[in-house]
Amino acid sequence: MRVVAAMSGGVDSAVAAARMLDAGHDVVGVHLALSRNASRLRESARGCCTLEDAGDARRVADRLGIPFYVWDLAERFQRDVVEDFTAEYAAGRTPNPCLRCNERIKFAALLDKAVALGFDAVATGHYARIVDGPEGRELHRAVDPAKDQSYVLGVLTADQLARAYFPLGDTTKERIREEAAARGFSIARKPDSHDICFIPDGDTRGFLSRALGEAPGDLVDATTGAVVGRHAGTHGFTVGQRRGLGLDRSSLDGQARYVVEVDANRRQVVIGTADLLTVRELHGEHVRWCGPAPLGHIRVGAQIRAHGEEVPATAYLDRGQDGAAGRLRVHLDRGVRGVASGQSVVLYDGTRVIGSATIAATETRTPSAGR
Amino acid sequence: MSADRSHHHSGEGAARVYLDHAATTPMVPAAEAALADASALVGNPSSLHRSGRRVRALVEESREQIAAALGAHPTEVVFTSGGTEADNLAVTGGYAARTSADPLARGVVTSTIEHHAVLEPAEALERVGADLRLVSPEPSGTVAVEAVRDALQRIEAGGARVALVSLMWANNEIGTVQPVPEVATLARARGATVHSDAVQAAGPLEVSFAESGLDLMSVSAHKLGGPAGVGVLLARREVPLQPLVRGGGHERGLRSGTLPAALIAACAAAVSEAVARRAEETPRLVALRDRLFSGVLGLNLGMGAGGRWTPGSAVDRLPGNVHLVVPGCEPDSLLFLLDAAGIEASTGSACQAGVPGRSHVLDAIGVRGDGPVGVVRLTLGRTTTEADVDRAVAALADCVPRARAAASVDAGVPA
Repeated sequence: MRVVAAMSGGVDSAVAAARMLDAGHDVVGVHLALSRNASRLRESARGCCTLEDAGDARRVADRLGIPFYVWDLAERFQRDVVEDFTAEYAAGRTPNPCLRCNERIKFAALLDKAVALGFDAVATGHYARIVDGPEGRELHRAVDPAKDQSYVLGVLTADQLARAYFPLGDTTKERIREEAAARGFSIARKPDSHDICFIPDGDTRGFLSRALGEAPGDLVDATTGAVVGRHAGTHGFTVGQRRGLGLDRSSLDGQARYVVEVDANRRQVVIGTADLLTVRELHGEHVRWCGPAPLGHIRVGAQIRAHGEEVPATAYLDRGQDGAAGRLRVHLDRGVRGVASGQSVVLYDGTRVIGSATIAATETRTPSAGR
Repeated sequence: MSADRSHHHSGEGAARVYLDHAATTPMVPAAEAALADASALVGNPSSLHRSGRRVRALVEESREQIAAALGAHPTEVVFTSGGTEADNLAVTGGYAARTSADPLARGVVTSTIEHHAVLEPAEALERVGADLRLVSPEPSGTVAVEAVRDALQRIEAGGARVALVSLMWANNEIGTVQPVPEVATLARARGATVHSDAVQAAGPLEVSFAESGLDLMSVSAHKLGGPAGVGVLLARREVPLQPLVRGGGHERGLRSGTLPAALIAACAAAVSEAVARRAEETPRLVALRDRLFSGVLGLNLGMGAGGRWTPGSAVDRLPGNVHLVVPGCEPDSLLFLLDAAGIEASTGSACQAGVPGRSHVLDAIGVRGDGPVGVVRLTLGRTTTEADVDRAVAALADCVPRARAAASVDAGVPA
């Protein structure tokens, strides 16, 4: 097969490319230029997509003896990931840009371009497994629970999965580093990137303030409705957040206060006690299935954050109008604290990813089961 | 070890067709031999002992060879690290010398289609007070002499004097030849220093320094069969010039640094051979260029020539330059497909971090489209054959539709 190996310049994608080559595929390395200002060197140990990363990827490709190209997808990334990110925050939601990037860049813009140019598939260094099942390819968790990235791939459809390869899913990160060193990659000890790649300094709030400006509003008590303070912009707040509220402690009753709701329309940040944070039911939109769409209600494991735990739950799927994917309700067997709208819920059956949805609303009380 | 598997990637393992001679062209055997021979010599050309004298003699012999080939006097040959340094020395050093002697001499005239090695230093001068006038070319890709005259007059109308005029002899992207001798006459009549970047022209075109009326002219060795890392600024003895690289006072104090004798000897061998073979090589390249243009335009795939192309002529376009504008595809997709098909081409514009940048030359001649506009520069040279040209035409027939299909995907629709 002719395969594009997406090479970020990091250890994982380097080993992924090498493994595809070892498996006998015709591999071409492609580094995605995603930053509109790529011609700079890394500013800190974090972040990616710098000139230095492109150079690291190129040296791995040289070592593997595969052709290497840089594809400029900066405009698409800016529009589909960065602007989506800021727009979501502006609307009071908490998005995960890595899911968006996988959905719209790596397994859309990149994959589509690769296919149009004569390739069969895209391989990445994500930690996840693809298993051939009775109804086609299935996406599963990686064997290394600490590195499992199936959550950020939960947006992929069956069509996208059909052309995706994740050669690292059966290995632990530690072994991947060893393998990189054994293969003579100079980047074997390069640190992992943890932060949002387009916010290399890790200061998300500062990034959002520059992008969205100031939009001051009130801090409102969830129970009394009283205004208890001011804020500089709802985009600086996320449900579950405790710090940086600037509350006068003397007015409190000794209980900690958290952000329990962000209402961008009214520019209100609603605060309350911990009990108001416990969510029992999620309403999802933008539902995506990794395989055949289930109907009715199914028992699932629900994961709400990239490194969050899986919670047993029942998912209820309504058919939308004209048979389109409808809305999803997920009833959690036990309450989960600090769930913000905009986050993604990924549904699992054992290690298999069933699908995902973007959380549109949450409920703290247990509603009546069923309809 | 670097076993590039891209050969297998092309499918048939066929030989590569190298059509990027404007980026760099293979060294001629005479240059390779000169480089190897001179590399074996010990001695700093500035040393006074016998070994030094021997290397010094080689450098001076090379200088004389280059001067003879390019219509210059040996003392007018200033060795540099290449074309970029020669351009920087001409623009920055030429301007600085003029303006320090005459504070009113702040005018700088150049074209919008110059190589970045001229544009960047010119724009740097503007930031420190120069009155920079950038002249746009005609849509044909050639700068009109009248447009240069207008720019000169506007500087004078503003009360300043013209310090420097720089106009490239032939454009590196679209290959169009510029009216250098006419502009030189115009500029010198106003007391300005006049420079030409002849990096692409020297070799295939006759560029006699003495007859050109230029004060300064840049040449690069690796564009005409010599090694990278060495170039020449031809500088008339009386032209005022401030050095950029100061030190031991080599090269008339204009460019310090130990002379790389082996590179210089190889440069001289390449320049001599390029000039000696011009009479037969230039018509051969013109015929190949025309065959490629005709073949590609005959595909009726909506491709067009960037810049004027007159079949049979090297007067208005470099003999080895085929520049194609391909509406409806992304430049990188087309280059990728050509590379996979064994055709090594370029967009001709500078890359940033491995991605072809937007071309200031195509902007200047008004190449635009509603969607993406692909460009391919195919540049021919000493090793190019008719079979190469025919393979390139066949590859374009296959790759252009596929690149266009990829572009429609590229444009994307947000989910």
